[in-house]
Amino acid sequence: METSKQREVVITGFGGQGIILTGNILGKAATIGDGRHATMTQSYGPEARGGSCSTQVIVSDGEIAFPYAEHPQLLVCMSQEGYEKNQEALVPGGTIVWDTDLVETGELNPDWRAYHVPATRLAEELGNKMMANIVMLGFVSAVSDVVGVDSLKEAMLSSVPPHTKANNDAAFERGREYGQAILKSRAKRESSGEPSGS
Amino acid sequence: MAGKAVLTGTHFMNGDEACCEGALAAGCRFFAGYPITPATEVAERMSRRLPQVGGVFVQMEDEIASMAAILGGSWGGAKSMTSTSGPGYSLMLENIGLGLCTETPCVVCNVQRAGPSTGLPTLVGQGDMMQARWGSHGVYEVIAVAPASPQEMFDFTIKAFNLSEEFRLPVTILADEVVGHMNERVVVPPADQIVVKDRLKPTVPKESYLPYQPGPYGVAPMANAGDGYYMHVTGLTHDERGYPGMDAATQVEMTTRLRDKIQNNLERILDYDTVMLDDAEVAVVAYGISARSARGAVLAARERGLKVGLIKLNVVWPFPEQFFRELAPKVKAMIMPEINLGQMVLELERVVGGRCPVELVAHPGGAIITPDRIIKAVQAALEEKP
Repeated sequence: METSKQREVVITGFGGQGIILTGNILGKAATIGDGRHATMTQSYGPEARGGSCSTQVIVSDGEIAFPYAEHPQLLVCMSQEGYEKNQEALVPGGTIVWDTDLVETGELNPDWRAYHVPATRLAEELGNKMMANIVMLGFVSAVSDVVGVDSLKEAMLSSVPPHTKANNDAAFERGREYGQAILKSRAKRESSGEPSGS
Repeated sequence: MAGKAVLTGTHFMNGDEACCEGALAAGCRFFAGYPITPATEVAERMSRRLPQVGGVFVQMEDEIASMAAILGGSWGGAKSMTSTSGPGYSLMLENIGLGLCTETPCVVCNVQRAGPSTGLPTLVGQGDMMQARWGSHGVYEVIAVAPASPQEMFDFTIKAFNLSEEFRLPVTILADEVVGHMNERVVVPPADQIVVKDRLKPTVPKESYLPYQPGPYGVAPMANAGDGYYMHVTGLTHDERGYPGMDAATQVEMTTRLRDKIQNNLERILDYDTVMLDDAEVAVVAYGISARSARGAVLAARERGLKVGLIKLNVVWPFPEQFFRELAPKVKAMIMPEINLGQMVLELERVVGGRCPVELVAHPGGAIITPDRIIKAVQAALEEKP
């Protein structure tokens, strides 16, 4: 995992997936829960839904002057367009995460740590595909330490409508378990000498 | 959020929301507006929050009516504001002029997007800087502040209300899409630590009150409509009674008052921060979101040993003329980044008057200026032979 003091995260998808909310939760977790500095910026088009959108979150121990990612270390893709537009910017050694069913990656930079999760499908299995973003957040909490997991969960629960808390909590946990299972099986393969891969 | 006007504590909120909270903390209890990206979140939050604190929110039919409504709200005694973006600000300018002429305290938040016209509704611009100074017709002075973060959206909205109350005029918050939509830590202090200023009230008998007679520091005390004081409010050129005076002498007297209440009180109004300016050979001058780019550039350039400093304008109008006149001979150049094709840089050039070169780093809107471009301009200025 990345160790530098400033961490830059880009989350991409399309309008209606809750991409901006995801960035907001991440930034809130870093700021309120972890007591660090964070900025969350957003980019979207004039359409209410369906257009390409993205959010950038910068987390730092110190003051953040320029609030945009120049060298993102974590890229989360929930749409094909988001992947294609942003993957080149990811730094060597960076982490890329995508929704298995929504993104088809080309050849990936071998320096990246790469993970995919069927976040939308898992959310559908839990009864509401609108929670795909929260499944994704749970997954990210397992494979990245950009923010503390307790902070992240608290920020998530305080950001969703009260009557959806239990369902979102389940979605978060589902994503987190999925991520932890991948990490475990990779560790197993690595210790038995097999090549790792996504 | 039930019932509390001041949400003391640490928040992660966007600039538009912080603007709303700053307004409530400053005592704003009336908002009239019309939604427009990227300012809608100010109105949206106001529509929820104002009823909680006994205030009134009205969604108007358009921006012309919005501006008229807040002038009326202010004369009724309520601290009043509206929020908009470029297209709406263009419509408001007629009635902003009425507010300037009738010396009506109120606050207009313009979350700038890229223009002209409908432009790029969801993307950043800083193209309304001169419009805020000169956009309404006639002869007047204005005050405008330029926040560079959600925290400053909170702080400078309070500042805008205080200045509007102190000097009896509409004050514009020249924010921008990035500052408005960016989420960041916003610390709201305890209510008793927030400085809130209120308009001067008349102390004379009701019969002898003159609504435009300059009081202490050149500003006339203001009675509320309905309190029983004689008052006459008009956009016609008027005398100290508020009565129209259709002659040059009344015009001279009125516009002198409008000018002097600002120009004679600059020390109470001007506000800028300086960063590493003491030994700087090049000064970067910036405001709003471009001041974030500039700060990033200056910190990175200093790491490379370049002698560069930053002046961040918190109040953009009035412009700190004296400060820049004195600074000009001490630096090799000044550099101004702005998200337009050169607006505040014209003011800087005018004030500097050729005593040092002034370079513009421009972007027409849709994206903010990267620190890299500013660093390159700094390097070029340092390499220039005197």
